[in-house]
This record gives sequence, C-alpha cells and structure tokens, in this order.
Amino acid sequence: MNYNWNWHIFLEPNPMGTGTYLDLLLTGLVVTVKVSVLAWIIALVSGSVIGVLRTLPSRTASWIGFCWVEFFRNMPLLVQLFLWFFVLPELLPRSAGLWLKQLPNAPFWTAAIGVGLFMSARVAVQLQAGITSLPRGQKQASTALGLTTVQTYRYVLLPMAFRIILPPLTSEFLNTIKNSAVAITIGLIELTGEARSMQEFSFQVFEAFTAATVLYLLLNFVVVTAMRFLERYVAIPGYITGK
Amino acid sequence: MIEINHVNKWYGPTFQVLKDCTTSVAKGEVVVVCGPSGSGKSTLIKCVNALEPIQGGDIVLDGVKVNDPKTDLPKLRSRVGMVFQHFELFPHLRIIDNLRLAQEKVLGRKSEDATAKGMKLLERVGLKEHAKKFPAELSGGQQQRVAIARALAMDPIAMLFDEPTSALDPEMISEVLDVMVDLAREGMTMMVVTHEMGFANKVADRVIFMDRGEIVEDAKKADFFGTPRSDRAQKFLSKILQH
Repeated sequence: MNYNWNWHIFLEPNPMGTGTYLDLLLTGLVVTVKVSVLAWIIALVSGSVIGVLRTLPSRTASWIGFCWVEFFRNMPLLVQLFLWFFVLPELLPRSAGLWLKQLPNAPFWTAAIGVGLFMSARVAVQLQAGITSLPRGQKQASTALGLTTVQTYRYVLLPMAFRIILPPLTSEFLNTIKNSAVAITIGLIELTGEARSMQEFSFQVFEAFTAATVLYLLLNFVVVTAMRFLERYVAIPGYITGK
Repeated sequence: MIEINHVNKWYGPTFQVLKDCTTSVAKGEVVVVCGPSGSGKSTLIKCVNALEPIQGGDIVLDGVKVNDPKTDLPKLRSRVGMVFQHFELFPHLRIIDNLRLAQEKVLGRKSEDATAKGMKLLERVGLKEHAKKFPAELSGGQQQRVAIARALAMDPIAMLFDEPTSALDPEMISEVLDVMVDLAREGMTMMVVTHEMGFANKVADRVIFMDRGEIVEDAKKADFFGTPRSDRAQKFLSKILQH
C-alpha cells in the first residue's frame, strides 16, 4: 500500500480558514455532543412517559405506548431521519413545509429529534421492564396509603425503576452518541462529518478516522464514568447494587 | 365500621374467587380471617379498601360505599391502614421518610409534624434508633413493625392486616404480634388475615373461616374454638393446631 502517513496533519491549517485540522475535528465533536445530549433528553423524557403509559391498567394508555414503541423501533434510523428531513416537509401544507425547509440549522434539529424519538422507544421498553420488575405489593402499599396513581409513580415506583435500569440506560446513552453519526446523511457536519471533510481536503484518511475514533472513545468514556458515579450516588444501602 | 354485603368477585370470566361473602366488623372489634390458601381471604381484605375491584355486592366503610365510582378512593384509603405480608416498605426511602411520605403528600402535614409523628410511632414499636436506616438494613420483623407504624401514622380509623407474619422467621413473629396485640387492646378496629391462632385466641372478638371463596363460618371466638360447626373448619383447625 502506497500511503504517506502524516500525523502532523492535525496541526496544519485547514482550508476552511478556521484553524488547524484538529480544530475542525473538535468543532465536529462539539456538534456531536450537542446533538447527542439533546437527543438523549428527548429520548429520556418521551421514553419515560411512554414507558409509564405501557404499565398503566388503561387500555388506551397501553395502546398508545404500543403504537409509539413499534413505530419507532421497527424502522431503520436512517429511514426515520430521511422521513423527517425529506418526506415530512412535502407532506405538510405548502407553507408549513416551506417554513420547515427554511429553518436555520434544520439538519441539527431534525437529527436531535429523529435520533431522540428512535431512542425513546428503547428507553420506554426498559423503563417498562424496570417498573414491572418491582414487587406488585409496592404499588398496592402506596395506593393503600392514599397516594394517587401519579404520586405512586413519582414517589414510589419510578425512583426504584430508574435505579434498576441505570446500567442499561448507560448503554442507551452511548448508543445515542453513536447513532448521531447517521446525521451526516442529512447534511449535519458532526464529528464523523468533519473527519470525512478532513479526508477529502488532506487525503489523510487513516489519520482523520483514527482521530475521530479516539474522540468517540474519549466522549463515551466520559459518559461511562459519569454514569458510574451516578450509580454509586443513588445506590441504596443494603439493596441490590448498594454497598 | 366495615360492612361487606353479598360480595362477588371473579378473576377472568369463569373463576369466582369470592362467592356471596357477607360479614361486618364493628368499631373497636378485632376480626380474624383464616382459611386454607386460595380460599380468598387475602382477596377479601384487599376489596375492603378497593385494592381489588368487586363485581357484585357492596362494601361500606365508615358509611362510605367503597364500590361507588363517585367515591374519592385515595381519601378513603388514607383513612384505613393496611399491612402486607411482604412489608412493602419503600426501599429507596429511609425509615423515617417511609413514615413521612403519605403524611405529607396525602394528608398535607408539615414536614416537622410528620417527622415528630413518625418518631413517636417508631418509638412505640421500639425502632426509634433505626429512623435513619434504609429498609434493607432491618430484619423482617423490624420491617414489619415499621410497616405497622407507617400505617398508624395516618391516624387510621381501622387497620387491615394481610398475613402480617407469614413471611417472617419464627423468632420474629412474636415481636410483630406483640405490637398487634397492644393495638387491639387499645381498641383499634382490626381485620386480620392470619394463621396465628394464638393471636386469634388472645385478642379476636370474632373468627371468620373461609374456604373456596365462601365464608363458611363467622362466629364469636369462644364458639369458633369451642365447637366450629362446619366439617371444613374443624378439619382446618385440627391440622393447624396439631403441632
């Protein structure tokens, strides 16, 4: 293989005039962090609501939960992003579609919402599993004390359910970060996107993607470490994962 | 205080768990419900505060019809204490917070008042020094005493006990029964599902014997232990009093 390795490329100025190639990648990293965090918030909030709906005795509630989860988990993420980005504006009334297309930063918002909704289905299923894994008597005891259903979830069921599903939730957070890379297909220049443009400008493809890989690893390491601290912080003395 | 009139309950379309059950518990009365497993005694007691719905008949609690859709169930339940077989303390809350939760969220008591009330009741069940611990750090007997204190913190007009000693090691049963005996002697209205015939003999006013969803025998304590009229009750008694 005829390849000129050049690890100094990162310190050379990029053709965009925004500093070095490293700066280019770091700009991409910031976009990745922003879009992932926003997507994760959307996934956590909507996933939690849907997860709770799936555990309620009401038929309507569990039907809504069922539809939501099956819609968002049974379609490839790529297809979902295309749907929101290319198809949705065409389906809306002309003026609304136009407004949507002209939104500043449309790829960013589409990616955050698209990835967020995709991940929400997974959060919902996990939270449902967490809630149903609690002894049935917990809900009965809370109800017998006079707490309403909302209070029972807020003060009794959810604090335990979230503690139980914290380890798998960490994986889902990492998946959200990795899935955000799909957003280059709708024109979001995040970390993977910047690595690709670095490759196109400099032809140093291996260096570019090695750097991107290392940055993803570092980012995920930060998340894993933070989640481990959180797990320790919320651990209950004497109970399962507690010390 | 508690009136149960011709109550019928089905699980699914065919399986009838309660068959035309009629009985009552007067103010200050202690009624023990016994019978073989699967006889419906736990189900019956859970119908009293509407943890389980009924399909036929009426249950009236202190003049309020439990199975009336217009009844404010959380409010009604907050006036009746319930103790479960598996304690059902909330594992993520400290002992004192277990006692405070419903006082504050349901009765709207101030934090200081709820804490003071909680500490007083913990002292009464002999667990004051454990107030800051988590449930998993306590023994089964201690947890059940906390559960009784948690129910008493709501100033209930009656107490329901659903096999309160069935999940306990033998040496812990008496510490729980002692608390219950004291309660009964103070004039608390109690409905107790239990196999502890010693307890029934000591404090019960009446004993109800259930089998296959029916109330087979409903008699004054002396009559029940003297000459139970039904064969089934006689057989049951001879089996559990054998050893």
